[in-house]
Amino acid sequence: MADGYLEKRGFRAWAFTLDHKRVGVMYLWTTLTFFLVGGLFAELLRLKLMTPGPGFISDKTYNVFFTLHGALMIFLFIIPAIPSALGNFFIPLMIGARDVAFPRLNLASYWIFLAGIAVVLGSLAGPMDTGWTFYTPYSAKTGAAVTTLSFGLFLVGMSSILTGLNFIVTIHTLRAPGMSWTRLPLFIWGMYATSIIQVLATPVIGITFILLAAERLFGIGFFDPAKGGDPILFQHFFWFYSHPVVYVMILPAMGIISEIIPVFARKPIFGYKAIAYSSMAIALAGFLVWGHHMFVSGMSGVAAFIFSLLTFSVAVPTGVKVFNWIATLYRGSITFESPMLYALTFIFLFIIGGLTGPFLGSLGTNVQLHDTYFVVAHFHYTMMGGTVMGWLAGLHYWFPKMTGRMLNERLARRACLVMVAGFNVTFISMFILGYKGMPRRWAEYPVQYQTLHIIATVGSWFLAAGILAIMWNFWRSLTKGEIAPPNPWRGLTLEWTTPSPPPADNFEVLPTVTDWPYSYGRKEGRE
Amino acid sequence: MIPYPTDHGAVSKVSTQVDSVFLFIAAITLFFFLLTQGTLIWFAFRYRRRKPGHDEPTPYITGNRMLETLWVVIPSILVIGIFVYGWIVFDNIRTPPPGAAEINVTARQWLYEFRYPDGASSVNEVRVPLGAPVRFVMTSSDVIHGFYLPAFRIKQDIVPGRYTDLWLQPEKTGSFDIFCTQYCGTGHSTMRAKMIVMDEPSFRKWRSGGRGSETGPMWMKGKALIERYGCLGCHSVDGVDRIGPTFKGLFGRKVEMEDGKAFFADESYFRESILDPTAKVVKGFDPVMPTYKGTLSDEDIAEIIAYMKTIR
Ligand code: HEC
Ligand SMILES: [Cu+2]
Ligand SMILES: [Cu+2]
Repeated sequence: MADGYLEKRGFRAWAFTLDHKRVGVMYLWTTLTFFLVGGLFAELLRLKLMTPGPGFISDKTYNVFFTLHGALMIFLFIIPAIPSALGNFFIPLMIGARDVAFPRLNLASYWIFLAGIAVVLGSLAGPMDTGWTFYTPYSAKTGAAVTTLSFGLFLVGMSSILTGLNFIVTIHTLRAPGMSWTRLPLFIWGMYATSIIQVLATPVIGITFILLAAERLFGIGFFDPAKGGDPILFQHFFWFYSHPVVYVMILPAMGIISEIIPVFARKPIFGYKAIAYSSMAIALAGFLVWGHHMFVSGMSGVAAFIFSLLTFSVAVPTGVKVFNWIATLYRGSITFESPMLYALTFIFLFIIGGLTGPFLGSLGTNVQLHDTYFVVAHFHYTMMGGTVMGWLAGLHYWFPKMTGRMLNERLARRACLVMVAGFNVTFISMFILGYKGMPRRWAEYPVQYQTLHIIATVGSWFLAAGILAIMWNFWRSLTKGEIAPPNPWRGLTLEWTTPSPPPADNFEVLPTVTDWPYSYGRKEGRE
Repeated sequence: MIPYPTDHGAVSKVSTQVDSVFLFIAAITLFFFLLTQGTLIWFAFRYRRRKPGHDEPTPYITGNRMLETLWVVIPSILVIGIFVYGWIVFDNIRTPPPGAAEINVTARQWLYEFRYPDGASSVNEVRVPLGAPVRFVMTSSDVIHGFYLPAFRIKQDIVPGRYTDLWLQPEKTGSFDIFCTQYCGTGHSTMRAKMIVMDEPSFRKWRSGGRGSETGPMWMKGKALIERYGCLGCHSVDGVDRIGPTFKGLFGRKVEMEDGKAFFADESYFRESILDPTAKVVKGFDPVMPTYKGTLSDEDIAEIIAYMKTIR
């Protein structure tokens, strides 16, 4: 077997590499680590929640753990997981380029990311207990290392901006001859929309962190009512970034699904333009809806009216994508290899996540459900059921390309089933808990809620078992998996025209594109 | 089984309205749930490949203008419907009827203090009459807190430096939970209060009687005070340390302080702990206890101490 881009070994060959594939792999390892660490915290939280009173971890420790669970998962896993890892690896391959536009900048963003992580870990000296939302005045007053942590996240954000910028330029300038915008794979469309959000929104959270640090270090009082500031202003800043960023998390995953469904259904994607444009529509409209996180914060009725109305405008393009994927299956010749299984699971779970959105977007019911477990369940269906499933689908789909080895199919399918069963048990319980009034971020709770909490915890064990089985499969297949052919799934995007794993410079001769990548099933009996 | 905090039936007009919005959205989303999941599963099953290794011929379908227009237009109309209905009810949630009685609420880590128009006040327990509109005018003296009445389907954040409000018109007597829903630090989850809705005669009787008029031994009054003033949000009487040390067996014990000194928990130690809690901070705990200076009178404190002596 040729080792392709993996041929050179040793620390320097990785640490100073300019190869987008290696940078992508380094991001993958890093984000994967934090996925597992964040998951460990989740399991500890679930264990504590089996009893309603003070438990084996104190309330204060509980608060630290849920903060770390949220902050690590969001900033060090979900946001970079697909864009920085899979995006880096596959954007150049899928558009027929030898690398990203700025390989050195690309490596620099990885190192800035690592530096950010180092600072974030340094902040564990004064463990954070503010929640990943950092609301002032609490975050301005607590003894925790908020300033350090926000500096770390500032660096992580900077890395994210540079990556986004790099991708935008790459997609604009390095597409292979013949690859017009309407022949662009939908994953690339998703990454393009994502990158725009990263470049436009991330500076806002950076500035917010600076203001927060200034507040803590110099007592300036942007957010302190005693000094004429306003704590609600912080929430506006925070959500102006953090709402659009949920699309940074979901759009790339949607892109992956749009790639996988046609390959395994042997059908052209249904409504290509609608999917591509809806990514852009979601990215832009996503900037106008941040206020829906603050309906009960004391915002004016007019603001609530506008934010709720705009929020519903995001629902439609999201629905359109789901309809398109399902329509792609129509009259296909569908097989259920693991990537497809994960992709279909994504659709199944994402529908639930999506359809519980209107309960929160509607003002009448938002007041009741806001800050309860209903919200927790809703966003776990979209983030875990959506983004994480899309990420896993992508990893199963591209594992042969990235490593040159096939995964163990049987294990992959079983792990998927165990994980999905556990996931639903955990988070459907949380929907009910939230509807019954259980507030989020509570270490202790009234005893009525205990039964549902226990069910949720037991479900989370199955979820964890599924994840561990998947990780085991990845690990084992790295060395023991069957050797992968260049194109095991018979896909038509350009990455499949390269050997597995691809050589360091991707293509011997840069390809010329004459068709879009979804020409499945044109002729009868086509192989 | 104890009912969930949300399950007290139709406690107000607004709560009924919120429930109907919920049902309305549930009906629409259930329809789409069945439609999409049904088609997804049906297609996956119906169009599965029959002969492994052999593609069946598949048609080259790239879109369908009619279908694509429909599934933009129909959902758009429906979400506008959901929006409008939600907005109408929200407007009711936010607009108190004229003449609502006002109760001031001050939230702080981690309790609610209620102040009635006649100047009387209470902690973590508020009493309101049946059938009359009440408006809570709320502010916080430290961080942001939440004020959530699950049975009434309403909540509102309480923000320092400004007033937010929330109104309700109870149509059922009983004791209802109030939860803090905005994360506010260590004691967030124990920041809970009760709203007691009384029928008009008993409410009037309670009002004219004033607080503390119940007769009984001192320790029983002390017990009532401990419950009413939210001490049990942080302290326990069963030996388990929570945010603060347990009261069990505290009186007369030697207590070690954060700075290494040690004191006997006698009457004046208790008095100081309650009025100036940060003067002596118990080892292993954070100085987070609020002062009760101005809230608890000397008699109150004496009664609390009398009760403490009984928890061995
Ligand atoms: C917000 C949580 C909180 C509330 C509410 C609270 N306390 Fe405390 N209390 C603490 C903490 C924390 C300590 C230990 C640190 C210290 O000594 O200040 C403490 C210490 C004490 C002590 C000394 C205990 C010892 O072991 O020496 C007494 C007595 C006490 N509280 C009484 C009360 C009473 C009476 C009330 C209600 C009127 C009350 N507390 C309400 C948090 C609270
Ligand atoms: Cu949002
Ligand atoms: Cu709180």
